[in-house]
Amino acid sequence: MHRELRIDDPDAFYERLIELHANRSAADSQLINAKLILMMANEIGDRGVLDELLRALQDDSSKDASG
Amino acid sequence: MPEKYSDIGQARGAGRESRRTFAFVRPPQLGSSKVAHYPVVIAGGGPIGLATAAFLGKAGIKSVVLEKHNSVSDGSRAICWAKRTLEILDRLGIGDHLLDKGVTWNTGKVYFRDSRDPVYAFDLLADKEQKYPAFVNLQQYFVEEYLLELLAEQEFSEVRWQQELVALESSDSEVVVTVDTPDGRYRLSCDYLIAADGHRSPVRAMMGLDFEGRVFEDNFLIADVRMKAGFPVERRFWFDPPFNRGQTALLHKQAADVWRIDFQLGRDIDRDTVLDEKNVDAKIRAFLGPDVDFDYEWVSLYTFHCRRMKQFVHDRVIFVGDSAHLVSPFGARGANGGLQDVDNLVWKLDLLMQKLAPADILKSYDEERIYGADENIMNSTRSTDFISPKSEISKAFRDAALELARDYPFARAIVNSGRLSVPCVLDESRLMTADEDDFTDTMRPGSPCMDAPLSCGGEPAWLLEHLGERFVGLYFSDSETPIPDAARGLELGGIPVDTVTVAASGQDDGEMCDENGNAYLHYDASPGTYYLIRPDQHVAGRWRQFDASRVADALARATCQTT
Repeated sequence: MHRELRIDDPDAFYERLIELHANRSAADSQLINAKLILMMANEIGDRGVLDELLRALQDDSSKDASG
Repeated sequence: MPEKYSDIGQARGAGRESRRTFAFVRPPQLGSSKVAHYPVVIAGGGPIGLATAAFLGKAGIKSVVLEKHNSVSDGSRAICWAKRTLEILDRLGIGDHLLDKGVTWNTGKVYFRDSRDPVYAFDLLADKEQKYPAFVNLQQYFVEEYLLELLAEQEFSEVRWQQELVALESSDSEVVVTVDTPDGRYRLSCDYLIAADGHRSPVRAMMGLDFEGRVFEDNFLIADVRMKAGFPVERRFWFDPPFNRGQTALLHKQAADVWRIDFQLGRDIDRDTVLDEKNVDAKIRAFLGPDVDFDYEWVSLYTFHCRRMKQFVHDRVIFVGDSAHLVSPFGARGANGGLQDVDNLVWKLDLLMQKLAPADILKSYDEERIYGADENIMNSTRSTDFISPKSEISKAFRDAALELARDYPFARAIVNSGRLSVPCVLDESRLMTADEDDFTDTMRPGSPCMDAPLSCGGEPAWLLEHLGERFVGLYFSDSETPIPDAARGLELGGIPVDTVTVAASGQDDGEMCDENGNAYLHYDASPGTYYLIRPDQHVAGRWRQFDASRVADALARATCQTT
């Protein structure tokens, strides 16, 4: 799992991500997000990495750290 | 007339009349103060209890089956018999009956919303060169009737109708059971009591034993109907179809123009309202349209359970099938799992009763079949979570996978309409000898043997027909690597290892020959390869060359004779 930035031009990516959800209902957005997660998971492919990501959020240590 | 399972389902119309019934026959022990002894008493005359009696009989072990009702199952119930089950029943000589009477299928299709095209289709039989298909659909009562015919032909088992086990006392040396009949009570003693008395197992209740796991709140309606319909022979599953909006539906063809339609209903339903014939009619009409004539065979309402007992063996009382473990029906892992219990248990009980293996071998039934039950429960729970999502986000992921499935093949693998029964590979069993030599792991120690077409003295034969009911040393030979003399007549502490040789293609030596190379391929064999195979056709160990001492070690391990 990478904790350091790997995305080129993160502001543009973030803008595009928000744009994807523009004018959508919460339910619709949730469906889009679910699709995105499944597609990204398939791109990552590596079960070890996916498990690590899930574990990181299961324990949600980032929330504690940002306090 | 006592109806089987009247509490959760009912046969209607022609379905009710077509079942065979069996008269109460006064047992000789009734009215006698002497307690007759049998090696095995089996509580429950469903497919699992009857198959247990049949396999025990094949091993020459006497048993009495106690069945409280007077007929075979009144409803279709278990209908999807998996390839492994067919292979197990083939060893009893009734696999062909299922194949002839039943409906063969290998493929399934999954539909989503209003589209008439499936989001994807799957084929469950990757290798077509097998004696049996992925599945045969056949009503449970037919299978029970075949087993009963089999038992009637042999002298080892007796089925006692309208006789119910109502009490038991278990000691170190035997189990004494009290049997209730229309003419009063009597007692029998036995070395082992096998509880095949279904998901509500009275034996389990009498012993005050646990049944742990999850119960799901969703409700499902099975409507088995007789009709002439031209639907293709395959498993069809719908998510959110127009005829059952927001829910799922499943369609299976059975023998004699009976079709299973399974409707998801959701939570919080009123049982009586749902089962009202007008409402069942309306559901079926929405699916079939107004013009199809149909008659009811069996109607049942059910919820999912994914549960098992903590242990299946309790001294001299052994639980098999639904009494030991329950799964949701989407995956056909109920009766198919139960048959694997029977297959696992009988040879162990046989060795134990002949004093050729220590009592520890029964513990291995517990270990191996709990492993199998947990695999079934895991798959069944995962399917249930997909079919019946319990939260908004769970439903969003489910719909996301379904919507992606058409254009993104990866998402089809995530769609879960039931992971259909495949035989359990006993990977963690201490009875298996791990590979020391280099082999691919498609088949491996713990796997049930895969079938392959062979020629036997010039006649076509199947490999699996030559395995089972005793330990077999399967030797892959060619002209330069004939079977070593030491591999023949092998025996360990009274347990013989029978030898079966398979000659490489073009090297027919008059025994069996692998003309097409399928056996060599599936078993990753080279000339000289030797497999030790258990009486239940699972691989106990394998080597690139025969070595008597390594085989003896593996046989000792497979029969719990090493510590």
